[in-house]
Amino acid sequence: MNLLLLILTPLLTAIAVLLPRNKQHVKWVSFFGSIVQSALAFVLFFAFRRARTEDPSSPMLFEQKHKLFEALNINLHLGVDGISVAMILLTSFVVTAGVLVSWNVEKMTKEFHFLLMLLALGAYGLFISLDLFVLFFFLEISVIPKYLLIGIWGSGKKEYAANKLALMLMSGSALILVGILGLYFSNNRDFDLLSLSRASIPGSVQDIIFPLVFTGFGVFTALFPFHTWVPDGHSSAPTAGSMFLAGISMKLGGYGCLRIAIFLLPQAAKHYADIIIILSAIGVLYGAFVTMMQRDLKYINAYSSVSHVGFSLLALGMLTQTAMVGAVMQMVSHGLMTALFFAVIGMIYDRTHTRMVNEMGGLMKAMPFITTAFFIVGLCSLGLPGLSGFVAEMTILVGSWENSGLVHRAATVAAVLSIVVTAVYILRAIAHTAMGPVKHERHLQLKDAAWNEKLAAVILIAGILSIGLAPGWLSDLLKPATEVIMNKLK
Amino acid sequence: MTEPGLYHLLFISGALFFAGIYGFFTRRNLVTMLMSVELILNSVNLNFIAFNKYLWPGKMEGLFFTLFIIAIAAAEAAVAIAIIINVYRTHQSIDVEKAEEMKY
Amino acid sequence: MPNTTFIILILLLPLVSFVLLGLFGRKYIKAGSGIIATILLLATFLVSIYTACHYFFEYGKINGVYEKLVPVKYTWLAFSNGLAIDMGVLLDPISSMMLVVVSLVSLMVHIYSLVYMKGEERFSTYYAFLGLFTFSMLGLVVSVNIFQIYFFWELVGVSSFLLIGYYYDRPSAVAACKKAFIVTRFADAGFLIGILILSYYSGTLDFAALIEKLTAPGSTELGNALSASFLGLSALTWGMLLVFMGAAGKSAMFPLHIWLPDAMEGPTPVSALIHAATMVVAGVFLVARLFPVFALSAPEVLNVVAYIGAFSALFAAIIACAQTDIKRVLAYSTMSQIGYMMFALGVSKYGGEGGLGYTASMFHLFTHAMFKALLFLCAGAIIHFVHSNEMKDMGGLRKFLPVTHFTFLIACLAISGVPFFSGFFSKEEILTAALNHNIAIYWAGLATAGLTSFYMFRLYFNIFWGKEFRQHGETRREGGFAMKAPMILLAIGAALAGYIPFGKFISSDGKALAIPFELKHAIAPVALSFVGALIAAWLYLRQNNKPQKIAASLSALHQSAYRKFYIDEGYLFITQKIIFNIVGKTADWFDKNMVNGLVNLTASSTQAFSFATKKMQSGKVQQYAIYFLGGAILLAVLFVYVWK
Repeated sequence: MNLLLLILTPLLTAIAVLLPRNKQHVKWVSFFGSIVQSALAFVLFFAFRRARTEDPSSPMLFEQKHKLFEALNINLHLGVDGISVAMILLTSFVVTAGVLVSWNVEKMTKEFHFLLMLLALGAYGLFISLDLFVLFFFLEISVIPKYLLIGIWGSGKKEYAANKLALMLMSGSALILVGILGLYFSNNRDFDLLSLSRASIPGSVQDIIFPLVFTGFGVFTALFPFHTWVPDGHSSAPTAGSMFLAGISMKLGGYGCLRIAIFLLPQAAKHYADIIIILSAIGVLYGAFVTMMQRDLKYINAYSSVSHVGFSLLALGMLTQTAMVGAVMQMVSHGLMTALFFAVIGMIYDRTHTRMVNEMGGLMKAMPFITTAFFIVGLCSLGLPGLSGFVAEMTILVGSWENSGLVHRAATVAAVLSIVVTAVYILRAIAHTAMGPVKHERHLQLKDAAWNEKLAAVILIAGILSIGLAPGWLSDLLKPATEVIMNKLK
Repeated sequence: MTEPGLYHLLFISGALFFAGIYGFFTRRNLVTMLMSVELILNSVNLNFIAFNKYLWPGKMEGLFFTLFIIAIAAAEAAVAIAIIINVYRTHQSIDVEKAEEMKY
Repeated sequence: MPNTTFIILILLLPLVSFVLLGLFGRKYIKAGSGIIATILLLATFLVSIYTACHYFFEYGKINGVYEKLVPVKYTWLAFSNGLAIDMGVLLDPISSMMLVVVSLVSLMVHIYSLVYMKGEERFSTYYAFLGLFTFSMLGLVVSVNIFQIYFFWELVGVSSFLLIGYYYDRPSAVAACKKAFIVTRFADAGFLIGILILSYYSGTLDFAALIEKLTAPGSTELGNALSASFLGLSALTWGMLLVFMGAAGKSAMFPLHIWLPDAMEGPTPVSALIHAATMVVAGVFLVARLFPVFALSAPEVLNVVAYIGAFSALFAAIIACAQTDIKRVLAYSTMSQIGYMMFALGVSKYGGEGGLGYTASMFHLFTHAMFKALLFLCAGAIIHFVHSNEMKDMGGLRKFLPVTHFTFLIACLAISGVPFFSGFFSKEEILTAALNHNIAIYWAGLATAGLTSFYMFRLYFNIFWGKEFRQHGETRREGGFAMKAPMILLAIGAALAGYIPFGKFISSDGKALAIPFELKHAIAPVALSFVGALIAAWLYLRQNNKPQKIAASLSALHQSAYRKFYIDEGYLFITQKIIFNIVGKTADWFDKNMVNGLVNLTASSTQAFSFATKKMQSGKVQQYAIYFLGGAILLAVLFVYVWK
């Protein structure tokens, strides 16, 4: 399969969205584009599985390389492995659902969908590029639309949130850029991921570059204490924006941590593993406790994202194969889950015009579909078996327990305890909104989900269930890919 | 009465220069400031000629530069006066303190 | 072994019920949901019975020993290093027995609910949740893998949550379902860590392999697990203790019992199914499942099991005597009886005569399922009739509810251990086992037996005798046939289940165990039961003020028993005051002010710096010229004097 299609489709969709005069047409064009992207992602998935059985050894499949800027040795080098395929599938799910829940955006519809597609372009591009410079380029592409999405279509303290998010992410990417340039100059002017992975980089150089790159991507993926853009950004963004932010953008960071920091700089990864573990364990537990104190549904989900993403960073720090598989599973699972969570919150907010937990109650009576989706996503978040969260968390915990160091053990126990706290805040949120007596009479007249919202929720729930009920396909996809990384770590 | 030496000329040029600087910093009238700038330019011209005459008597570069500067000073004066006229038109004055919109 | 893949049907049928009713029940099937679910469950029950009979009488016994058979198994999720979550069906004596118990009680509850829940707004949802619960409970008992049991363990937890919160608009039900879920979840966190420890040392998650590796004397896995120590206890001890913590949470053992009484907010048939007969005994089942490891490698943990079980039994029985809500009395009674099962396991040894406790525990589990489910169904019938849970609203109901009265009496006799009813046999075995191994626990068990009889007959006399019941408004009648039939069937079970020769089928090592019956051991408990029943009759048969007087004379004890010994308040203090107010608020404050503050500080200091320096851009030409001149002079000085 030609991977260029994955870049061209969102790009063409973004351009096509600008053409029609009618708002209605804009939505359909955007929806159609996202469907094509999903179809491509599925084709890629199946093609990848077939190609992997034929060629089990090479780290990347469907490679292609075009010269972009010869003087600086920048190439458009594309290729995928299991991890990228999983992330691409996630992206396509979230993009489709995101377009669907934005059906009623009336303000500057065209620009809104254009920016969504641009974000999608950045994500797809990042996941398939094997050239650090191009990868960085796509990372930046995905930052700018967020600023505009929050600043224009957001709510609440949107200017503050947009600035904060953009500045923090920009400083993160500045660190990444320095790290990438460090790699480039210390390796004979080479941006290529695969050839860098074969090069032997001296330990002292690794020790300098690793913190830069890891912290940089860590900012994207809400590594404690660089997580404060998450709550403000997520809660001010429009629904689809929050979905994209939490569902895709935060995963860009996790992907980068794994693909660049750990894969290219394995020795330093071992050096800094303890620090990563401690920070992410703090993030996991601390995020959970802070979530417990929140009253605003979006803040609840934003802080719980800090906690959940902390799980996958924790797993990365563990440096065992099982944990690494778990980390990627957690990224995928959390992406689907949190997107659905934000979608549901958006649906509730559109109807009740409040996001405060204590102003709602008994919504199950008027909106059975939405509250059922809310239940499912809540249960997924607290790791109920049969849903994706369980699979990911258990894989991480089993993988983490393979290390017998005291720090590892303590961090794992902290992670287990956070599951209990998760149950507390999720149940509080559910019990206060969906259950209990109806607080306002007018809440009884509210309408249940419309077709587009139902479709969005069903798509995401299908993703959650497909991992939760039969996780085999995902772990088969991820194992060979993590094997390659583990070989570097030995 | 002997012929004036290099130091005399340099002294005059230095005095001219500082007079110009002083005028430029203390006057508020744009035209006076322009005249101060001319004084500074002329002190430089004087320097060029003096050095040319006393240090490299066989060469002409100093004179050429002086001519250049005179020509450019003329052009500069034209431009400056154009600006001053415009400032006068917009501000009804040529006080430099009044024209300070281009700030933070 | 014959082809037995059809066993999978036992799991699939309830799942089908759940999916079908969950997706389409509300809109399309509606009132038909109950019938569909019941038929599916009937099929499940028949397959279970068939499987169990086949197992016990045909292929289960190999060379005189009941073996563990695995007819179905597939790898659900493989981790590395040989660790994998397998899903499958494990047939052995206890799982076969549990299949029968679970599907039987579930079927009874399905039938009973046809009438009891009729006309409810979310009728089909109710049946869907019942299906989910039955599926997960059956999955739990047939687990082949310790992670499979955890998987279904959580699922039963969530279905219990959903069913307790069935009346979602009642704040008390919402609070109760939250509490149940969170308390068990906390225990499950311990269970999970226990699983991780065990799997790390044994290198497997499979039950059979795990038990083998951790019990074989001299195996390297066992050696490692015993030699690694943390805070003075070996890793194995920690692992088993934490696993038991999970079991204690699910089985409502002290001090993790607080959720069970509140769980009575759910519909009464649900209490019968989940909170009396099946889910709450999952903890006992788990200890029984890992019994060889407990008994052979971690006897100190088994002692803990015994003491906690005995204490819970006595503790709950005392509280039950002071409660006035009939469902709460039954809830504490359940806790007390589960305590019995726990300490029976705790005093047991592995294999041979010493394994009597194990058999007795499973026996009691079986008989208890019958009479406790029956008691709850009766309570449901009574509540249905009276529309109240409080004992003071009842009295003299024997005339209005003859069938209920009769079946309730049988259950009372059975639970009190009156001879020739099922409870007598199992309780007597348990006490014999305790007497042989630990005298203190025996006395606790004996005292509990007396108290049990007292509170059960207190309940019985208060409901069916005592003051006369007056009908208000419309005349109500006892529920229909669908409610009576399950009660009668279970009453037959409660009366006769004791005659099953349990030792032949279930024993700690799979070999048949001859159960000794010694008359002298039976005298004390039976006598105590009679005393308890007589006291109850003396106090409550006729309406009088003796109970109030006695309560007043024991006011401190009565008050604290009524208040459940203030355990709830203690938990509330810890969660509200410490976790929420201290930990939660601090974390929140820290995030808002420190972490976020740091980010804002960066921003504001940048801003302050730029404010400070922007005055340089004054717009005054002459000022710029001064800077220019200053710079030029500086450079001149530098060039002339410094960088010569």
